[in-house]
Amino acid sequence: MAQKIFSMKEAVSRFIEDGDSVVVGAALESAIPFSAGHEIVRQGKKDLTLIGPISDMLFDQIIGSGCVKKVIAAWVGNVIMGVGYNMRRAMEEGIPRKIEMDDYTNFAISLALHAGALGIPFIPTKSLLGTGMMSEEQPFKGMECPYTKEKLALVPALKPDAAILQAQRADEQGNTHFWGGSGVTKEAALAARKVLVVVEEIVSRKVIERDPNRTLIPGFLVSAVIQEPWGAHPSPMQGYYNRDHEKYMTYHRESKDREGYLKWLKKWVLGLKNRDEYLKLLGEEKIKSLLIKHHRKSLPVDYGY
Amino acid sequence: MDYTLQELMVAAGAREIRDDDVVFVGMRLPLLAFQLAKAIHAPHATGIFENGILRDKPAGDALYTMGDAPNTEGAIWTTSMMDIMALLQNGRVSLGFIGGAEVDRFGNLNTTYIGEREKVKIRLPGSGGGSDIASLSRRFVIIMNHEKRRFVERVSYITSPGFGEGRSWRDRNGLRGGGPCAVITTKAILRFDSETKEMILDSLHPGATVEEILENTGWNLRCASKIDKTEPPTRSELQKIRKYDPLGFWTRNTMR
Repeated sequence: MAQKIFSMKEAVSRFIEDGDSVVVGAALESAIPFSAGHEIVRQGKKDLTLIGPISDMLFDQIIGSGCVKKVIAAWVGNVIMGVGYNMRRAMEEGIPRKIEMDDYTNFAISLALHAGALGIPFIPTKSLLGTGMMSEEQPFKGMECPYTKEKLALVPALKPDAAILQAQRADEQGNTHFWGGSGVTKEAALAARKVLVVVEEIVSRKVIERDPNRTLIPGFLVSAVIQEPWGAHPSPMQGYYNRDHEKYMTYHRESKDREGYLKWLKKWVLGLKNRDEYLKLLGEEKIKSLLIKHHRKSLPVDYGY
Repeated sequence: MDYTLQELMVAAGAREIRDDDVVFVGMRLPLLAFQLAKAIHAPHATGIFENGILRDKPAGDALYTMGDAPNTEGAIWTTSMMDIMALLQNGRVSLGFIGGAEVDRFGNLNTTYIGEREKVKIRLPGSGGGSDIASLSRRFVIIMNHEKRRFVERVSYITSPGFGEGRSWRDRNGLRGGGPCAVITTKAILRFDSETKEMILDSLHPGATVEEILENTGWNLRCASKIDKTEPPTRSELQKIRKYDPLGFWTRNTMR
């Protein structure tokens, strides 16, 4: 069987190509692959199309680094603070480069990826009707239902080149356990051509088999498994660490002007080699403060026969 | 007991939640409003969150986003966004909350951009799930800052549809949900005329005047025949709000 375990650096270098469309942040505010995003920036990938439902800060960081030519998303910003300043600078002033955006809704992103996962060209919905997103420059179209004659909006399938998906644990073949609200993680895994899974822990095949209902992504779809503890920080990872709210507040202030953002970028991304150095810079005290303090373990179930 | 404007708005938002509601909670102040309603007057209400969470009791710790770990602990169902949106599209969601940068006289919201597609003047974050909630929930509440630049006669871009051009516009456009039922602002609560679907001033927050509201609204706003006073938050409501926002991030501007 193919070796699928890679370091973050190797995985991004090998599987994310210039011009790729890439899903990141599929679980919304939690389990955001910040570590993978920062490696994309360090490697200076070019002309990416970022795909996601909402993006809490990571899209803003990748856009500000000049790696992005297009965004297909429902929302780009900083969830607790509001706008993403890099997103605004790129769209309003073309800094550091001009980007295009296809505006979706959260539902439309899930439907588009679901259509991609089903291998069909589009899916109808009762959302989007009457909105600015139905204008001609946007990807959606209208239609009358051939059965009921009601008005429908059509969402075309998205088939991303790659999906970078963050989860709690996987085995060496990429069979991946996830718990908590998963957003569009499964749809992205089923629709994308290349799937990169970033996990807190690599576990044995037995751990996966003992709880197959917790498997969100079957390993045969997975190209790379990357073990990167704290890879989702500052977003939370259920069962491992809480959200670092303060980081979102300080980033909001620091990225307000271009100069401030470049300083942030040098300190937290470009000036570091990898996630280990990031965690050192973050500091033990901060890490300790984010650890899970109120454990709530699930009870075992019987899968026997 | 002293209270802040945000605390008043959270209490007003919570009072829109009925005990039998299935609430699409969203982000920011509604996160608190749902917790408050559960604790005070709507113990049977169900909350759903688009990252894929359904829960029917308040979270054990303060929430900044729906994805925070305490929102998963004690949930009844953790699942995909598709399942949550299925509930919404299939008419199972009775109430949603959304905010916006701009709202107009028929309750349409713009959170996408100001300017033109090819020449964006101000890029706003986008729809998120707001447009889906506005299209598909049986009723929804809008939470807004009451400023003239935000209350415009006609939004330049409809991100989240209210009543469009009024009257039967939603039906003509094939929209299933019932449209907005209230706009809770920093100065007042507005509702909608059942025929024309135009926004009407319904209730003034303590200290606000009709003149001030009219000055801060970008069209000739109609007033209800009898304008109410928004009830200030009660002592027990305030206690709960402060329990769920202990550091005052959402309601006391302590950290921004």
